[in-house]
Amino acid sequence: MKTYLAPKFLVRRDSERCIQCQVCVNQCTFDTHYYNTEDGEVRSREENCVGCHRCVLFCPTRALTISRNPLDYRENYNWRPEVIEDILKQAETGGVLLTGMGDDKSQRIYWDHLVLNASQVTNPSIDPLREPMELITYLGRKPDQVALNQVQGEPGSFNLKTELAPQVKLEVPVMFAAMSYGAVSLNVHESLARAATEMGTLWNTGEGGLHPKLYRYGNNTIVQVASGRFGVHPEYLDVAKIIEIKIGQGAKPGIGGHLPGEKVSAEISLTRMIPQGTDALSPAPQHDIYSIEDLAQLIYALKEATNYTKPISVKIAAVHNSAAIASGMVRAGADIIVLDGLRGATGAAPKIIRDNVGIPVEMALASVDSRLRQEGIRNQASIVVSGGIRNSGDVAKAIALGADAVYIGTAALVALGCTVCQQCHTGKCAWGICTTDLRLTKRVNPEIGARRLANLLRGWSIEIKDILGGLGVNAVESLRGNRLHLRGIGLTDTELEILGVKMVGS
Amino acid sequence: MTEEKAPNVIATRISSPLASPPQSPTLRIDAAGVYYRELNARLRELVSNGTKRIELHNVYGQRYIGTDLDRPVDIEIFGVPGNDLGAFMDGPRIIVHGNAQDGCGNTMNSGEIIIHGHAGDITGLSARGGRIFVRDDVGYRAGIHMKEYQDKKPVLVIGGTAQDFLGEYMAGGVLIILGLNPSGLSPQEPALNKVNGRSLGEGECPLKQVQGKFIGTGMHGGVIYLRGSVKDFQLGKEVGIAELDEKDRLVLKQLVGEFAQHFSYDAEEILYHKFAKLFPLYLRPYGRLYAY
Repeated sequence: MKTYLAPKFLVRRDSERCIQCQVCVNQCTFDTHYYNTEDGEVRSREENCVGCHRCVLFCPTRALTISRNPLDYRENYNWRPEVIEDILKQAETGGVLLTGMGDDKSQRIYWDHLVLNASQVTNPSIDPLREPMELITYLGRKPDQVALNQVQGEPGSFNLKTELAPQVKLEVPVMFAAMSYGAVSLNVHESLARAATEMGTLWNTGEGGLHPKLYRYGNNTIVQVASGRFGVHPEYLDVAKIIEIKIGQGAKPGIGGHLPGEKVSAEISLTRMIPQGTDALSPAPQHDIYSIEDLAQLIYALKEATNYTKPISVKIAAVHNSAAIASGMVRAGADIIVLDGLRGATGAAPKIIRDNVGIPVEMALASVDSRLRQEGIRNQASIVVSGGIRNSGDVAKAIALGADAVYIGTAALVALGCTVCQQCHTGKCAWGICTTDLRLTKRVNPEIGARRLANLLRGWSIEIKDILGGLGVNAVESLRGNRLHLRGIGLTDTELEILGVKMVGS
Repeated sequence: MTEEKAPNVIATRISSPLASPPQSPTLRIDAAGVYYRELNARLRELVSNGTKRIELHNVYGQRYIGTDLDRPVDIEIFGVPGNDLGAFMDGPRIIVHGNAQDGCGNTMNSGEIIIHGHAGDITGLSARGGRIFVRDDVGYRAGIHMKEYQDKKPVLVIGGTAQDFLGEYMAGGVLIILGLNPSGLSPQEPALNKVNGRSLGEGECPLKQVQGKFIGTGMHGGVIYLRGSVKDFQLGKEVGIAELDEKDRLVLKQLVGEFAQHFSYDAEEILYHKFAKLFPLYLRPYGRLYAY
């Protein structure tokens, strides 16, 4: 069938600069560039280009320019080129549109409508370069009250009488989001694990198990238990710092996942503990969780399985009734609840789900935090948010809205080279990130990857300290849930009310 | 769907002497009124101290028994253990003299669970290894997403019948459902006591067919052996049905043999009856769902 899909990108090759070295041919994984043996020229098939810019970055003579094909159909706000292309694609294949990364539509990004405060005159701002700034965060259930014991023979000295639930210390309130081995490569996992270890934070295995090589990073590892239960076995649960039950994911709330058999290589088979080449199918629900009571049962099964030594986290996609659900999760025994918003990314999801299901995490966070406070149970669980955290400003705003910490997924991958071309589901990632093809995965060097990720977190830490100093506080704890530090801009009264922030100027 | 003769040979229960005497001293625990956390903490302590045989008496619904035990130990339970019996279990052998509730063998890695009674919903969910033998019926969603890996191959043998969604998303292992109905002799409904026009002799049990639907929906690995027959509408779209071959018979002989030994049945008589083999039609049932 002849395709009616026009190329999305145009490839321009400056013939004066091009030295026919074929680097572009080797770098492109989508067969866009090729060497024509007849006339000895490197040429391009534009229809294959996904706009990942790998070739542009690696061309030694900067001979290549990739630009969007303007596709100047007659102007129509309703029937935009993307809409037309999607219909054509389905007319030609009869399948579900699959895509990668997070929602790219124009639903409001509330981070951009929130601004932070700073101290002026009436209270001094603090210079973080001169004075200590505390970013340490403890994840886990906090007691309703603490009791102290007077230390014998030492007047004025006390120690803690209350037995604390397991707490996990983060040096910086930014963790790496769940990305499974299989969706991303082992080198990416190693980069994340090393960077998390170096920076005193945590990374998350996702639902694809933990490679034996990475067990030594266990102290900085969150392991996931999801509906497929891939690679879940006693050592996996034992090695982790936190166990996370994955109920949902912001990119695809309510649906399961299919890791295609061709991605289940020998190594993937090892960590997922399934035979090589079979599809790794994650059912939509966990079939032992059909209710809050069932969730409690799995939470306590995991606590029993690890002798109550580590916090159990439960991750849900941000949806309409998140606040009520979160209340149930906390009452079910979750020590940490994770809210993954509409813009949360994925290695593969039906596009229609990714772009249309779920709510922005800012709103979910604000309503969950408010609800748990109203019910007097906010201390019983830490809140972690993810799905569209792009910079330290977003982190600070999330914390002010009530989050204890955030997860970054896409931002971490961008640090490794990802250009958000949304081809994760093809398994052909030219940047070697979202692929299991061994020729490609070596494009991410774990040592360099770890350095890039650690650098990112270091930069964000300094920025968060700057923000705190400006606010006149010296600990992230003083910003947490302090919505007075926020003001909304360009928001309706209802939006402001849900966010629990005032309008700028008031 | 297979064509087959109406059942005319039915398994009989034979009485056998009690199992062989214990080799090592047995520790008896009275679980009456003990909260599950205490009970399991106690078990952990005992097992880490090297106790090899434990008897739990008066068990009334305590959850997670056997969950965090990673050494070989024999646990005999008298009473009704609660949900998630042996969840994430790695090694122990649990014998239940009574019924088990939901989630028995959930995500089990290795070990053995033998239930002299019924088991509830999601029996053997996501099990990767180990063996579960249930003398009587199981509830809904038994054996969902069982999977196998290298030398690990979970086995779930159900003596009675099962409700809907049996073996859904099954990715590996062996699921056997025998349809034994030892209590089927009913003075109230004499019709139930006849098979193929012939009245059953004393001790013979009629076969009860699995009535559950959506059997093996999304199945992409493993095998289900079903004694008796099954109707097309009961099966998921991804399931094929076949006659047994020699290899299947060997597997059945071994596992039904073990089952019969545990529950004092005559394996020969169980195996005499016709079995249907349910297998995944596709290794990648949803491979063609997407437009790339």
